[in-house]
Amino acid sequence: MSTVEDYVARIEGTCGAEKDIIVVFKYEKKEEAITRILKKAELKNNLSGIIFELTFQGVSFRVYSSGKAIFRSIKNREALNAILAALLL
Amino acid sequence: MHRAVHTLSQEATELHEKAREKVAEFINAKESAEIVFVRGTTEAINLVAYSWGLRNLKQGDEVLLSLMEHHSNIVPWEIISKMTGSNVKYAQVNNDGTLDYDDYESKFTSKTKLACLSHVSNVSGVINDVKRIAKVAHEHGALMLVDGAQSVPHMPVDVKDLDADFLAFSGHKMLGPTGIGALYGKKSLLEKMEPFQGGGEMIKEVSYSKKSEHCGISWNDPPWKFEAGTPNIAGGIALAEAIKYLERLGMTEVLRHEVTLTEYALKRMQELKKVTVYGPTDVSLKCGIIPFGVDGLSSHDVALFCDNYGIMLRSGFHCAQPLHQVFKLQSSARSSFYIYNITQEIDRFIEILKEMEQF
Repeated sequence: MSTVEDYVARIEGTCGAEKDIIVVFKYEKKEEAITRILKKAELKNNLSGIIFELTFQGVSFRVYSSGKAIFRSIKNREALNAILAALLL
Repeated sequence: MHRAVHTLSQEATELHEKAREKVAEFINAKESAEIVFVRGTTEAINLVAYSWGLRNLKQGDEVLLSLMEHHSNIVPWEIISKMTGSNVKYAQVNNDGTLDYDDYESKFTSKTKLACLSHVSNVSGVINDVKRIAKVAHEHGALMLVDGAQSVPHMPVDVKDLDADFLAFSGHKMLGPTGIGALYGKKSLLEKMEPFQGGGEMIKEVSYSKKSEHCGISWNDPPWKFEAGTPNIAGGIALAEAIKYLERLGMTEVLRHEVTLTEYALKRMQELKKVTVYGPTDVSLKCGIIPFGVDGLSSHDVALFCDNYGIMLRSGFHCAQPLHQVFKLQSSARSSFYIYNITQEIDRFIEILKEMEQF
């Protein structure tokens, strides 16, 4: 059975006052992760297939074709894990 | 190194010391003994903070910084301040990112023992008149430390002309490898300073006394007094080779090339409706660094979008959070140029920025 850890290499705070959270997907799983997320989340905007602005369960976030996602205004790491599980699994 | 007698050791020692001579010559130090090999600018500043600051700063003494410093020229002084009871004072930066010289100079007092200043801001590219500040520092009996991380790779730097007491820089910003850099210090100062770290290489003698049941230790001469353990031999030699390459180009020519690119990029970026350039746009005030933002996108969006096209940008605070507070920015994206960049790459960068404006 797959877990979030199967897809995620690292989760870090971004550099800057925004205090956003960046999720870095494993290189070999990034395309699968992005495909799964795009299937489940609502697409709000798309820039050249490189930046996808999405919402899911009331949370807005951006996914990048290079295999990263940045979440803004997420409450805490538990909330992030829950949303990642819902998106990826 | 140094003490071994076999051939490879002798050759390594000779090459390493010749590399030191090359570094000294590059910044016009009086002699190679004024060059301490370190891991980079951060370690160089920490060396001064611990070896000089910890021993010489007392309760109430003052260290002057500016709000445009890199964290590596802030944090060590704040640490030493807590340990010694000395105070760190910050000079203001004008809204356009230039240094408020009047404010900096007005903060000197009889308690000022050290003035620290970036030669070039790693965020805005602003070139600071460190020679002017060094003169004022010396008039007040204070020393001058110059963070040369962003100047030494990009322009001619002459420590004698600047009259800097210390100057720190990194190899990896000037075509050298990571993990090597240099601290320049006036020999008279280095001679008086205590070691930064202990170990081999940095001692003349470690002699056990049966009577006291302790080891008596005598320090080596500078610069080896500050180079405990086996040095980064390959790094030092590689840094010297990078310097030789830059010398063949000529540092005046390196600067001219960067100014040309910066002027062109600034002109093109300012034509874009959703792009805001931060800091001065007068190229005579700065080096090849342009911080900017794109409406509707975070600095990380910008960097990740450019990454997709093979363009590397730094995003975030660039280890200079106080300057972002001055600019009232959450973060910024930073484009920068060096000898290997050409105007066609800037044209491509502009096309990518235009594409971002569609978001």
